[in-house]
Amino acid sequence: MDKQKRNANYNIYVESKVPKTKAWPSLFKAFLVGGLICALGQGFFDLYSHFFPNLAESEVTTCMLMSIIFLTCFLTGIGIYDVIGAWGGAGSVIPITGFSNSISSPAIEFKKEGIIYGICVKMFTIAGPVIVCGVVGSIVCGFVGLFI
Amino acid sequence: MQTIKLKNKPYLLNGYSIVGPMEGKGPLKDYFDYILKDDTLKEKTFEKSERKLLQDIIVGAIDKANLKVSDIDFFFGGDLLNQIVSSSYTARELELPFIGLYSACATMAESIALASIFVDNGLANNVVAGTCTHFSSAERQYRFPLELGNQRPPTAQWTITGGGASVISNNPSNIRVVAVTFGRVVDFGIGDVNNMGAAMAPAACDTIREHMKNVGRSSSDYDLILTGDLGKLGSEILIDLMEREKFILGKNYSDCGCMMYDKTERVFMGGSGAGCSASVLNSYILKKLSAGEFKRVLLVSTGALMSTTTSQQGDTIPGIAHAVELEYVGNKPVNKSVTFAKGEKKDG
Repeated sequence: MDKQKRNANYNIYVESKVPKTKAWPSLFKAFLVGGLICALGQGFFDLYSHFFPNLAESEVTTCMLMSIIFLTCFLTGIGIYDVIGAWGGAGSVIPITGFSNSISSPAIEFKKEGIIYGICVKMFTIAGPVIVCGVVGSIVCGFVGLFI
Repeated sequence: MQTIKLKNKPYLLNGYSIVGPMEGKGPLKDYFDYILKDDTLKEKTFEKSERKLLQDIIVGAIDKANLKVSDIDFFFGGDLLNQIVSSSYTARELELPFIGLYSACATMAESIALASIFVDNGLANNVVAGTCTHFSSAERQYRFPLELGNQRPPTAQWTITGGGASVISNNPSNIRVVAVTFGRVVDFGIGDVNNMGAAMAPAACDTIREHMKNVGRSSSDYDLILTGDLGKLGSEILIDLMEREKFILGKNYSDCGCMMYDKTERVFMGGSGAGCSASVLNSYILKKLSAGEFKRVLLVSTGALMSTTTSQQGDTIPGIAHAVELEYVGNKPVNKSVTFAKGEKKDG
């Protein structure tokens, strides 16, 4: 039998056997985890606004982000964030905590190969594409915005 | 012919297995020789841990076979790390003549097959064949950093920490290696690296069919037909594929990856890795065979021969499977209890 046809048939057959991820439970978990992270961020925001009334809103936001990013790095370091991520899925990936985890986890992992070739080179292996997409996307949007 | 029937049927003198803490909680926990409490083995990196693990396994196997390292003529082995460093560094430490092999997770069957051919043809008296894998070193080479909070798809498998080694010899024992089959590289066009079971199942099917045809036996002649690490999905696919070719795999079929973990553990389709069939062979199978509870076993280790580069370039995953047929002959008991080489005793 023709190999291409055989492979196509096999792929169709395998596809029919593959268990599918259940959408609703995943969505619920993502909503719960993502929501909790956002609520925590809002908590930090309110806390800083309350204790430092002199700070401008943008400065409070910066402080809140710094706290959340630090907390994620800390949880990544003590091996808790990957458990949250495995359970919460996109809920833990989409907020800035996901970004923080994606940079701190390779930094920890590749520390053994040294500071330059380990940490510096590998730190952005996962976050790098996100940054590139973000920058390119914002350039495109900027151009579009210019002409509208 | 891809099957080699061994004229003198060399003996599997003894075997030794070590697994990690997670595998040590699984259904086969009573069969393993040693269960690690600490999967770093007190080394600084996981690559170093893996080679320490393999070294302990090889020394353990030689010791359990009542031999000295100097009695061993060759060490056949390989592992999953790039340039099979765990095996070559182990060979460096033990100063053994080393024949490095790579068939991904099919390395155990390949090692035993070649070791048996060497002994069968009088090229060596005692040969050690072994391999191992470490979850953490495999993850960092093939997948993501350990602490990354990502999700695995339901078809993913869990690389085991552990491995095993066998001593093949012309000194009599209860177990003989009867015939070996080297598999063809089979690729049915599966490109998903998270579905290795489906990629390897056609290779397993090809090898099992060829082996049975060449030795003139049917699946009912075996007490156990054991694939390496197809996992739950891969095993189901293999059963389907074999059925299409009029070979029925019944209750005497199992898969090392499915046997490794309890259902409660989050390992998706089951265990995988070169150490998977190595540790199951040198614990459960070895004990059942040497006690005569199994009379004839066909071990079919399965491997996926892609690399991270080929996968990223869009190539499909070629699979391979090597088969080793073992039989019980009942010469003398080989199961003596042996303390671990470094003076550590088996847990529990």
